[in-house]
Amino acid sequence: MATIDQAASARTGIGVPARHRFGLALLLLAACALPFVLSSYQTFQATMVLVYAIALLGLNILTGFNGQISLGHGAFYAIGAYTAAILIDQSLVPYWATVPIAGFVCLVIGFLFGLPATRLTGLYLALATFALAVATPQILKYHGIEKWTGGSQGIILDKPAAPTFLPLTSDQWLYFVCLIVTVPMFVIGRNLLHGRTGRALVAIRDHPIAAASMGIDTSFYKSMSFGVSALYTGIAGALGAFVAGFVSPDSFMIFLSITLLVGMLVGGVGSIAGAFFGAVFIEFVPNLADQISKAAPWAIYGVFLIGFMYLMPSGVAGLIRYWTSRLKL
Amino acid sequence: MLRRTMLTAAAALAVNAGAARAEETPGVTATEIKIGNTMPYSGNASAYGVIGKADAAYFQMINDQGGINGHKINFITLDDGYTPPKTVEQTRRLVEQEQVAIIFNGLGTAANSAVQKYLNQRKVPQLFVSTGASKWGHPDEFHWTMGWQPDYQTEAKIYAKYILKEKPEGKIAILWQNDDFGKDYVAGIKAVLGDKYDKMVVKDVSYEVADPTVDSQIVTLQSSGADTLVIAATPKFAAQAVRKVYDIGWHPLEFLTNVSISVGSVMNPAGPEKGVGIITAGYGKDPTDPTWKDDPGMQQWRAFMTKYLPDADQSDASNVFGYGVSMTLVQVLKQCGDDFSRENIMKQAANLNDFELPTLLPGIKINTSPTDYYPIQDMHLQKWDGKSWVLFGDVISGS
Repeated sequence: MATIDQAASARTGIGVPARHRFGLALLLLAACALPFVLSSYQTFQATMVLVYAIALLGLNILTGFNGQISLGHGAFYAIGAYTAAILIDQSLVPYWATVPIAGFVCLVIGFLFGLPATRLTGLYLALATFALAVATPQILKYHGIEKWTGGSQGIILDKPAAPTFLPLTSDQWLYFVCLIVTVPMFVIGRNLLHGRTGRALVAIRDHPIAAASMGIDTSFYKSMSFGVSALYTGIAGALGAFVAGFVSPDSFMIFLSITLLVGMLVGGVGSIAGAFFGAVFIEFVPNLADQISKAAPWAIYGVFLIGFMYLMPSGVAGLIRYWTSRLKL
Repeated sequence: MLRRTMLTAAAALAVNAGAARAEETPGVTATEIKIGNTMPYSGNASAYGVIGKADAAYFQMINDQGGINGHKINFITLDDGYTPPKTVEQTRRLVEQEQVAIIFNGLGTAANSAVQKYLNQRKVPQLFVSTGASKWGHPDEFHWTMGWQPDYQTEAKIYAKYILKEKPEGKIAILWQNDDFGKDYVAGIKAVLGDKYDKMVVKDVSYEVADPTVDSQIVTLQSSGADTLVIAATPKFAAQAVRKVYDIGWHPLEFLTNVSISVGSVMNPAGPEKGVGIITAGYGKDPTDPTWKDDPGMQQWRAFMTKYLPDADQSDASNVFGYGVSMTLVQVLKQCGDDFSRENIMKQAANLNDFELPTLLPGIKINTSPTDYYPIQDMHLQKWDGKSWVLFGDVISGS
């Protein structure tokens, strides 16, 4: 439920029909009520769904809207998480201030990585980003920066507590912190993607030559979508570090990048609300698979994945779009 | 009217009952004790998932025998894929949702680090974690966390003690992997040698996991004039080191970390004849070692394996590990008597006296105390004879 709530709430913005606005307000309200009806463990899971949703939207901007395949978004997630963790661990800034800093760091790194990467297309870009993802955990262990990163031991963080005037547990508080970040991130994302920028990104994805001849600065847009995408994922990483209370190189192995890609595909490529469905998949399906079989959880996961791809070739969001348009007819 | 009064009374009773129950230990009922565990059943380290299955099978056997003091063990083991954030999630699920009494035998240094603070804040015992790091035995800081196997520092201390005894004038060279594992070795040697460290250790060289070989490090160490070499390296590098030492005609007294003594992945690739005389330390019986073929302890383990894990690989030492660590927990729970409160479980875990396991090498005993959270600290030295590891000397304590 929660996910649909927030997915929709993200669409509030300019140009939304009144009918939708009412629904979105209702959903946002439900999202706010959520931590008071769920147990603290479930609240924690809901918080992780929000975190993954932001990361998936980031990946979707790059891969879904701009058509650049990334197998390396786990690296940006890791950079965001480490930026936040180091800043908190060294007591440089309060925890909430680490979120925009983590986003900015990832924006810069993503943009710089995107500059040369724009020369690579399709599978070659996927390989280059893959290299980024496999390199990151090892770079994080590098002893030259161990003073800050804690080496392979990682960094343990205290859970941010709610301000004393709010009668909230730290789990509930974290949920709201993530919600407060999620809503504007999705509003901004929606406005960005449904506007001129979004059209340019899609044009580059579908007809790069036509887009260029129409005067779209393709390499700028491509690098920028890399940067913005990294910014989203980095912010998610910072929030994820708060929620887990721990970062270490082992937290961000290559599999994280693959998981994000899977989440994006399941949710729906090129769909903003799809990020929430993908996040729910990432959060809950591995647990489900583990419950079904301890011997081969990944085989079960694979069955789920194939089932999803077969029944919903354009993701959950695609299926919903299909049915809503059919029912209207 | 009467009905309403009765309902109110019933509600009041229920509230009271709830209040009374809240004081008891979560996960413990008159007939059951719930134990939680996280394991990498998937992911990079899924080979270790065998341990979780062996744990579960062992508790099944205990339940079939009637449980512990009338309590059946309800063992809930969840997959964390060897990723710390997932360990946090699964551990929270176990503690908050499943309401387990304790978390037992979680696997991996990073995974256990990720939940150590959480479990200690909630006062949930984190017992017998499966990692060789030396950070799990600090009761003053983390009262609720305890390791099990000898940690790397303990092992290094045993080598240093042996060197002090057999070669007090020795000149030591150390090859260590540049991470926590390697650093623990250096720290252990330092702890035993103390002031003599700077005099005795003539050279120590590290390598990175990303290095292609350690050949140049070995040459550097040899040129320092050392006559004793301690190799704190993971299997691939250990094999390279053993071969290189032999090939350059260096004959130091050579010690090899217990992590890298596999015949199949270290000694044979290095060349079994090149490692003759190398010393290592062990604590458990190797299921593939013919010495223990007719050993009653290992026969007991094999009988258990045949009955409860008929499809498992009996040459996998992880099965021996799971059996031993689960048996230790059952001993702790037996010592608890009727009081399965978390405090008492922790108290009894820190009160193991000369407890022996059928799967440990003869003479190795488990001892803990409120200030000693390192259950296994004894190890037995063994020497490579070109075919297998042969025990020699006495059990040495690294405490």
